[in-house]
Amino acid sequence: MNDVVISVEGLGKRYQIGHQRDPYGRLTESLWDALLKPLELVRGRRGGETSEWIWALRDVSFEVREGDVVGVIGRNGSGKTTLLKVLSRITEPTVGSAVLRGRVGSLLEVGTGFHQELTGRENVFMSGAVLGMRRAEIIRKFDEIVEFAGVEQFLDTPVKRYSSGMQVRLGFAVAAHLEPEILFIDEVLAVGDAEFQKKCLGKMSELGQGGRTILFVSHSMPAMLRLCERAILLDHGQVVTSGPSHAVVRAYLESDLGTTSERRWDDPSTAPGDEVARLRSVRVTSARGGRADEVDIREAIDIEVEYWSAGLDNLRPTVNLAAYNDEDTCIFTVIDQANENFKNIPRRPCMIRSTARIPGQFLAEGRVTVNVAVVTYNPFIGHAVELDAVAFHVVDRTEGDGVRGEYAGPWPGVVRPMLEWNIEWAPDA
Amino acid sequence: MIAPPRGATAERPAVVEIRARRPWLSLDLPELWSYRELGYFLVWRDIKVRYKQTVFGAAWAVIQPFLLMVVFSLFLGRISGIAPEGVPYPLFAFAGLVPWTLFSQSLVGSSNSLVAASNLIQKVYFPRLLLPIAAIGACVLDFGIAMVVLVLMMVYFGVSPSPAILWLVPLTALAIVAALAVGVLLSALNVQYRDIRYAVPFLIQLWLFASPVAYSADLVPPEWRTIYELNPMAGVLEGFRWALLGQGEPPPLGVIGVAAAATVVVFVLGLAYFRRVERTFADVI
Repeated sequence: MNDVVISVEGLGKRYQIGHQRDPYGRLTESLWDALLKPLELVRGRRGGETSEWIWALRDVSFEVREGDVVGVIGRNGSGKTTLLKVLSRITEPTVGSAVLRGRVGSLLEVGTGFHQELTGRENVFMSGAVLGMRRAEIIRKFDEIVEFAGVEQFLDTPVKRYSSGMQVRLGFAVAAHLEPEILFIDEVLAVGDAEFQKKCLGKMSELGQGGRTILFVSHSMPAMLRLCERAILLDHGQVVTSGPSHAVVRAYLESDLGTTSERRWDDPSTAPGDEVARLRSVRVTSARGGRADEVDIREAIDIEVEYWSAGLDNLRPTVNLAAYNDEDTCIFTVIDQANENFKNIPRRPCMIRSTARIPGQFLAEGRVTVNVAVVTYNPFIGHAVELDAVAFHVVDRTEGDGVRGEYAGPWPGVVRPMLEWNIEWAPDA
Repeated sequence: MIAPPRGATAERPAVVEIRARRPWLSLDLPELWSYRELGYFLVWRDIKVRYKQTVFGAAWAVIQPFLLMVVFSLFLGRISGIAPEGVPYPLFAFAGLVPWTLFSQSLVGSSNSLVAASNLIQKVYFPRLLLPIAAIGACVLDFGIAMVVLVLMMVYFGVSPSPAILWLVPLTALAIVAALAVGVLLSALNVQYRDIRYAVPFLIQLWLFASPVAYSADLVPPEWRTIYELNPMAGVLEGFRWALLGQGEPPPLGVIGVAAAATVVVFVLGLAYFRRVERTFADVI
């Protein structure tokens, strides 16, 4: 057993929210407060009660042993980034403590310390120094960093003239050459093109194998599974579960914390909805049957929405689906009024199942997230709304019969429809 | 057996303990010292960036005090008694403007240093005190350039320095520490209250009139002298003129002593406040 190098005990961080004032106070207000507070004390009122506090982290305890690569997962706002910020000493905890044994490096963004006016060469030094590298160390690794980033020709150009992709590559290259014993990484892989992401993942697993202890926050489950042996699941600032990463990832995906291809609300009291309509389930299924977390790009899929309707005369519920890709671009929005049967929906309380078929050879590769809503129009009211209700992965196996033919390289486009082509030519002239 | 990463053994054993409260007045100078390389890099960056895309470049270090000297000489130079007899007014004014510019630029730089680095503060740890300190580096370089011009002016006016010129070293240090003392306090306040950004230029204008830059401190009525000398720059400026232009008078040790004492008091207060609010910089900035 290796030594424990990170031990976190009862860590908590409280933030003030819901302020009606400016995000940062103005001096006059504080002066007024100072003047009024004694008065309020006399009046028997306590100051500070008007503001709300939330615990971004609460009672978080765990241990990490030397050489472990541990993933931290949880949906947005679950406290992952706050945890890294506290451990990186960027902000102080409200309660609890943590002990880190070893040189600590943290990567909370790509290109930390870059200055737009400085050249690429100068920024390698600047960023390296900010991230905790010694000057001699930067000099020793300089060529390697530049080569990794692939920006040799632009070394003496100010980075403000770099494309955003080049800046990201250079920033990551510096970070990837840090040699701390404990490394905190936050979502840095969410940037850059697919090719470069792969290179970064490779570099990171190299780091992991080098005996370095890594705490890694990411949304990408595949990256998480590839890099981490252990994982910690956070929700509302608390540790829900921790253990081997595939078990934790599975727990995450199967709980309603993650988004998968199927959602059910067995208890109507917690299901999204109101007295007009209430969701019961949303499912993505392959047209051939069965749940579909992963969908072949050539295959049609069905999105099936089951909901309860009060069947009121004047309010005709309509299912509304909005599909988003990885970049949060809306791919399409559809409603089920397109179906003839919509007019015949009974005007009495009943369960309704409404299914939309998405044809094969239409969506592009990648993760698709679907917002589901049951709404009524004129006036527009959203009765049962569930953002990120279901999600699935579209996979292109590139077997020659798809839109991209035999070509396996990058293929841009929000959708990838198989269009009908007509090719003509004149008799040889 | 996995080899430890390079540098791990030779470096400090590096056990970091994170907890809710640090003792109030621990300065942790060893930590600050261990981050000195980052400090050098921050200064180096400021110097590199300072005059990019300007026509006059580093000449700006001289243009500002020089033009002020010209203006002072044109409008104030002929008022009798504003400067002591026997010293040419332009030289008198410039000998005050050079340290004054060092002080005022350092003060502006350090008070804005934290807000200007808000991105860094939110993304990476280092002793935050490094920022207001490093912000002064580039101003010291400007000061060095302006000093060269001051020496040229002394040659032009035929003023030869005495051994008292050595006093310039501690006096310059005093000006820097005075700027840092106020700058540390204002930089921390600026994180919470952006009013500071607007208040600082105004403060500096007032401070200019309250310091013997354009005029001699002898003009101040004796009953006001004590309060007047609490301004650290009064001591610094008097000392500068004495060290450069004085002809054998005894050093104004009293004024300098008061200046140093006032600086220390402000510095301690500034550091105490800085240390107290430092832990929430990343949340508030």
